[in-house]
Amino acid sequence: MVKVRIPASLRSFTKNQEVVEVAGSTVGEVLAALEQSYPGIGPRLLDEKGGVRRYVNVFCNDEDIRFLEQLSTKVQDGDRISLVPAIAGGAR
Amino acid sequence: MADAARFGVRPLASIVEAVGRTPLLRLHALEAEEGLLSAGVELYAKLEFQNPGGSVKDRPALQMILDASATGRLGPKKGVLDSTSGNTGVAYAWIGAALGLRITLVMPENVSDARKQITRAYGAKLIFSDPMEGSDGAIRLAQKLAAQRPDEYAYLDQYGNPANPKAHFLGTGREIWEATRGRVTHFVAGIGTSGTLMGTGRRLKRENPAVRVVGVEPDDPFHGLEGLKHLRSSIVPAIYRAEDRDETLFISTDEGWSMAERLGKRVGLLVGHSSGAAIAGALRVAGRLRDAGEKGVVVTVLPDRADRYFEPSRPGA
Repeated sequence: MVKVRIPASLRSFTKNQEVVEVAGSTVGEVLAALEQSYPGIGPRLLDEKGGVRRYVNVFCNDEDIRFLEQLSTKVQDGDRISLVPAIAGGAR
Repeated sequence: MADAARFGVRPLASIVEAVGRTPLLRLHALEAEEGLLSAGVELYAKLEFQNPGGSVKDRPALQMILDASATGRLGPKKGVLDSTSGNTGVAYAWIGAALGLRITLVMPENVSDARKQITRAYGAKLIFSDPMEGSDGAIRLAQKLAAQRPDEYAYLDQYGNPANPKAHFLGTGREIWEATRGRVTHFVAGIGTSGTLMGTGRRLKRENPAVRVVGVEPDDPFHGLEGLKHLRSSIVPAIYRAEDRDETLFISTDEGWSMAERLGKRVGLLVGHSSGAAIAGALRVAGRLRDAGEKGVVVTVLPDRADRYFEPSRPGA
């Protein structure tokens, strides 16, 4: 299972949980599983074409997936994914 | 714009004297593209990025600092503390440098590197809050620090400080009234602390109670319109009074970002996303007037420039 950190602005979908655990072998699969478990959260993160919205930053173990392999980035049990709205249109 | 017209011909004694008196620009290109011109609906934007610190926040930051100084809350041992996601921090930082005040800023850790570097270059001290908690997390951390060290920090609390809307009541609102020669019919502004909307709106309504005051908010708690707040899911600013605005428009992040890009390409204004959202809101108001066959003078505020958000790219990115 992968731990996903949920920002305050999305916790209405996760019953106020700050961290949820879902399964998946890539970041894309994890986000799909997240939508399965918490319906409505997916469209907040992904656009109509299935890409990460440009104002959303997804970090895998503190590294922006834009600098890894985007949604194809591989994940393992115990990895941490953080979903962060891009306050300033960029990375950390 | 001629500085002589803006500030008089005498030299300024301090850079803080260059805050305010920003230009009001008529957006002829958008009026033409949206069929407003022929309908008699005028569209204006106040160019707040012309302030010395590059954003509208110079106004409230200066007023809050001046008012706190006047009441003895600031001094050599007691500096400014506040939470900010960006522009207010830059404003405090440069004003503090100009006036010789210590500035401590609490920001969510995910603000841009540019923000961190600009504020540090002015000598401000930065404290970071949890990026997952957003701007409300920064507010809570600032409140905690202020309570722990009351002798060290004067917590200026931009969300609850009456000097914030006061800056706009005395400045932005009066300037818009004068520049439009009292013809303004609608004022549209994004809501962050709500200071711009509250202060400017109150001034305009005092001059003419028929002026409509319209707030712009993100359409979702999870958004990318920096500086704006989705009030229903946030800590509502203490300075916000729902009865002082006539209407709220909800703008999506994509709409705000697209409008910012359109302003760059069609008007020659490269502005931040909150400016894009403000113009999107103003165009909705203007479009409604056009469709109803009514004339109007719609004014909005462009808080900052886009370059504030540009990031240095990583090698290979």
